[in-house]
Formats: sequence, structure tokens, C-alpha cells
Amino acid sequence: MVTETAGAKPTNNRVSPPSALRRHGSQLGIISVGLVMWLSFVIAAPTVFTNVKIYAAFAQTTPQFGIIALALTFVVITGEIDLSFPSIMALGTAAFCLVCAYGGMPWYVGLAVGFGTGALCGLINGFLVAKLAIPSLVITIGTSFLYRGLELVLMNGTGVPLTAEEFPEMHAIFREPILGFPVQTLWMVAIALVLWVLLNRTRFGAHVFLVGDNPTSARLMGINVVSVKTRAFMLVGVMAVFAGILTSIYGYYFWPTTGDGFLLNTIASVFLGGTSVFGGTGSVIGTFVASYIIGAINAGIVSAGINAFYTQLAFGFVIVISVVLQIIIERRIRRQSLTGR
Amino acid sequence: MAEIATAPQPAASAAANRTPVIELRNVSKTFGEVRSLSNVNFAVYPGEIVGLLGDNGAGKSTVVKTIMGFHRPDAGGEIYFHGKRIDDWSVARARALGIETVYQERALCEKQPIWRNMFMGREPRTRWGLLDVRRMREECSRLMSEHMGFTSAAVHPDNVVTTMSGGEKQGVAITRALHFDAELVILDEPTMGLSLTETKKTLDFVSNIKKAGKSAVFIDHNIFHVYPVVDRLYVLDRGKVAGVYDKSQISMDDLIDRLYRVARTGALD
Repeated sequence: MVTETAGAKPTNNRVSPPSALRRHGSQLGIISVGLVMWLSFVIAAPTVFTNVKIYAAFAQTTPQFGIIALALTFVVITGEIDLSFPSIMALGTAAFCLVCAYGGMPWYVGLAVGFGTGALCGLINGFLVAKLAIPSLVITIGTSFLYRGLELVLMNGTGVPLTAEEFPEMHAIFREPILGFPVQTLWMVAIALVLWVLLNRTRFGAHVFLVGDNPTSARLMGINVVSVKTRAFMLVGVMAVFAGILTSIYGYYFWPTTGDGFLLNTIASVFLGGTSVFGGTGSVIGTFVASYIIGAINAGIVSAGINAFYTQLAFGFVIVISVVLQIIIERRIRRQSLTGR
Repeated sequence: MAEIATAPQPAASAAANRTPVIELRNVSKTFGEVRSLSNVNFAVYPGEIVGLLGDNGAGKSTVVKTIMGFHRPDAGGEIYFHGKRIDDWSVARARALGIETVYQERALCEKQPIWRNMFMGREPRTRWGLLDVRRMREECSRLMSEHMGFTSAAVHPDNVVTTMSGGEKQGVAITRALHFDAELVILDEPTMGLSLTETKKTLDFVSNIKKAGKSAVFIDHNIFHVYPVVDRLYVLDRGKVAGVYDKSQISMDDLIDRLYRVARTGALD
């Protein structure tokens, strides 16, 4: 016993670069969950899952919430949450409709006003959460009603047709496939690339991690926590409006209920993607893959001939199991570091 | 009596006509009902090491955080940097002007890799405005082996801070302060929880600051650590400056004596 401890004296078994597995553990985890799921779908319904059509289908629908999930990843890394984005989707798209369909302005003005509305909503969320230090879980429920209410009042509860004849440019940009490839997914890839750079290669991104990890330390080292959090909320606001427009153009119609049913899919994508509930860690790639897993569960269950009522059950299993696994892995790493083994 | 005690006393070692690197004039700080500092005058001259002593709750950390721009002094308090009064003081500003601090609470983000902690708040960028991640990693690796005495195999820049020992974490915090080539380094209880050799390394570091012609503020509970390395000493008690001494004016025994007295009676003499 005594000799053993003496022999174990050189403590350098906490060796050198952390293994790729440890560094990218959660991302590799989510990718393998995705692969396993895909394989089981292929086995369960080979005719459906060897056909391109099913992929085209969820390549069109997944980005409608996946794009918001990518931005929401930033907010979750800062240790906050935004529950108001479904309402921002609707309010921003309503602003577009008011300016273009009712106001007769060109489509690009409508887009600018829509994105501006999203940014403003995010600014308000950010101000309340970061400046006034109100828990985001609570206050974004409040602003969610606020934004939804405002949208319903402005639109008087009615929808707006967004036909290809009336908005040819919008349909060309947000709906028509490019060389047969769903443009929605092209947008999602492009946005994911930009947001990856933003998170991993800019000061803003670096501060997002630091603020979520330990806001006091971040402040002591001169980081403006309020500004970082507010910008993260604004990013979600703008991306929510982008998704709202994508969704509405896809359906040729703006429904005043736009955004209903998006809340859980989107949040699930972020957590499934390995972004920590506690803040400080997370990845754009994880959220990207997780969004398509969530999108595929829906399509997969139905086309595998399983009753659609099982969809939610499957969601539940996938989300609960992967979050539990993440927590267990994280604890293991922490324990290893404490015992040095 | 308090008037005499709080009057700024430029030490003989720092010529009276020199301007301090940093100076607090008449600084008070109130948190709600609690008055943490009252009318504190504090100055650090170029090339000197100033010790800051005082019991728990004397206001040492509040002084540090005010110097750093983390706390804003109450109305009437002034901060001077090289003789220039500065009103829009902030942590980012203080750091940009060359003041770095090793905080008592270390101010690390433990879930992040070492390199992110090392450059926290002052991340280098490429000319495209993007983070220079490669330089951060390489620079971090170099600093760790040169200054922290880590053999490059033992700790890697990509290791997250949680996995490190207390001394290693302190090493990161100190190396960070060192890296930016600060003109003034503030160390708030840097030896707390450190082993004997780690403490020795930290004290050597403080002495090296002086050799490099820079200034430092050194805060520690342990007078046996503080006394040998400093030029001048401030004693704080209940938010007030109870005394300022040149090291040549006071022996260690005398100082210990007075510290006991101030803790008991609130007065030095």
C-alpha cells in the first residue's frame, strides 16, 4: 500500500492533450445516435429510407426550426433560455406582411423590417434578462405572450396569403430548390457555417462561452456580460424571423398562429446536440445534427408504418437518454480529474 | 487623528515628486447599507511593491476591485492614472492601460480550456478580425512551460481548468497577469491554498516584478510572506486606511504588534 502510493508519485498521468474522444465526446455521441437511428429506420422501412423523397421532405421542414435552434445554442451557452422565439417568428413575419402585403412595399423592405422586429424583440429580452437580471425562464414566458398578443392585435387574428405570383423573389430565395436540392437545407448549412465561425472564431463567441461558464470571472476580466447576453438574444430574434418567413413561404400562407408547435422541437435540438443545460459548453455542429435527428424521427416513425402517436414517445426517449448520457459522461470526467485517474 | 493617518505619505524610496501609477483619492464604497470603504487614499509609485494588510472584511478586495474598475467609487472618490483623472474607469480600460490582477477567487472559467482562460477578455485577433486560435494555443503552451514550469507533456493548452490542481489553477491566473506585460500587477491573496513550493514560486514572481521595473500590490494574510518582498505597507481596518509605513520605518515584530492592536482596538497607536 505504502509502496504503491510512493510509486504513484509522478502525477503526470493526467497526460498531454485530452483525447479527441474527450474533447469532441458529445459531438461524436450525437452523431452516433443519429447514425444508429438512421440505420434502424433503414432496416424498419427499407423502401422508404432508400428513396430520396423522404430526405427531400425533412430537408425542407427541419430548417424551419433548426435555424432557430442554431441561434438558441448561443443563448443556452450563456446560461439562459429563450421561450419567446415562437412568438417572435410570428411577430416578425407579421411585420413583413404588414409592410409588403398590406403596405405595398417591395419584398426587401419587408424583410429588413421583419428582421429589425426580430432584433428589437431580442434586444428587449436581452435587456430584461441581462441588465435587470430577471431569470430568462420566467421573463421570456412573459415576453412570449407580449409578442404573440401584439401580433394578433396587429393582424386582427387573420392570415395573409403569400403566393408565388405575388412574391416571386421570396419564393425564389426561400422555397425553390436549387438544382433539385431543397433550398431550406442550403440556408441551414450556410447559417450553420456563419454561426460556427461566430461562436468559435470571434471575440463575441469566445465571450459567450466565458459568460455562460462563470459570469463573475468574465466581469472581473473585463467582459461586458450584459452586452454579450443581449447580442445572443438578438441573434435568436433575427433567426426566429428568418425561420418564420421560411415557414410561411413554404406554406404559401402566413398563419397568425405561426410558431405554435416549434418550441419543444427547437429546444430539444439544442440539448440533444450536447449543449449544456448549465451553460458554458455547447456546439453549433451538435445542434445542427440534432435538429435533423429530431426532424427525422417524425418522418421516420410515420413512414416506418408505426402509429404517429409514437412520435412523441420516441422524442422523449431520444432526448431523455441522450441528456442523461451527457450528464453521466460529464460527471465521470470530473471525478477522474479529482482522483487523478 | 484619522486625518493624519489617512494622509498620503509618499515613501522615501519613491521620490515625492514622482507621480503614482495609480492613485485613489478619497474613495468610499457603499454596498446598500454597508460602507465597505471610507475616504481611502491609496497610491502605488512606479517600481515599487506595496503591501496591503488587514483583517477579513477590512476592505482589501474592495480596494483591488475599485482600482480595477470593477466597483465604481461613491460620488466624491477619484481615480488617477499617471496623474490623470479618469472618470470612465472600467475593467477593460484598466487592463488596456496595463493593470492586471490575480484575483483571490482566481477569476477562471473552469469548464473552458486553459488557452481560453489565458486570453480571457483580451483575445488576440488576426488581421481579418477573427480569433487567432492557433496563436492562442501556441502562446499558451509556451507560457505554460516557460513560466508555470509545466512540462509540456503534463498539461496541455486544451485541458479544461477543472482538471487542474489548485496550484496549477493559480499558475494560470498568475501567468495570465504576467503575459500582458502589465505595468502594475495586483495580487490578491495569491498564496492561499498553495503548497510550499508553489508559494515560493509565487513570491519569486512578485520579486521579479520589481526587478523588471514594474509595480505591484501584494495582498496576503501571511505577514511573513508580505514583509520581505514589499517596499511600503498599507494597513486597512474596517474600510479605513489605518496606517502607511515605509518598510525602513518599521520592523516585522513592530508591525505584527500593531496589527494585533488595530484588530483589537481599531487604532494603531
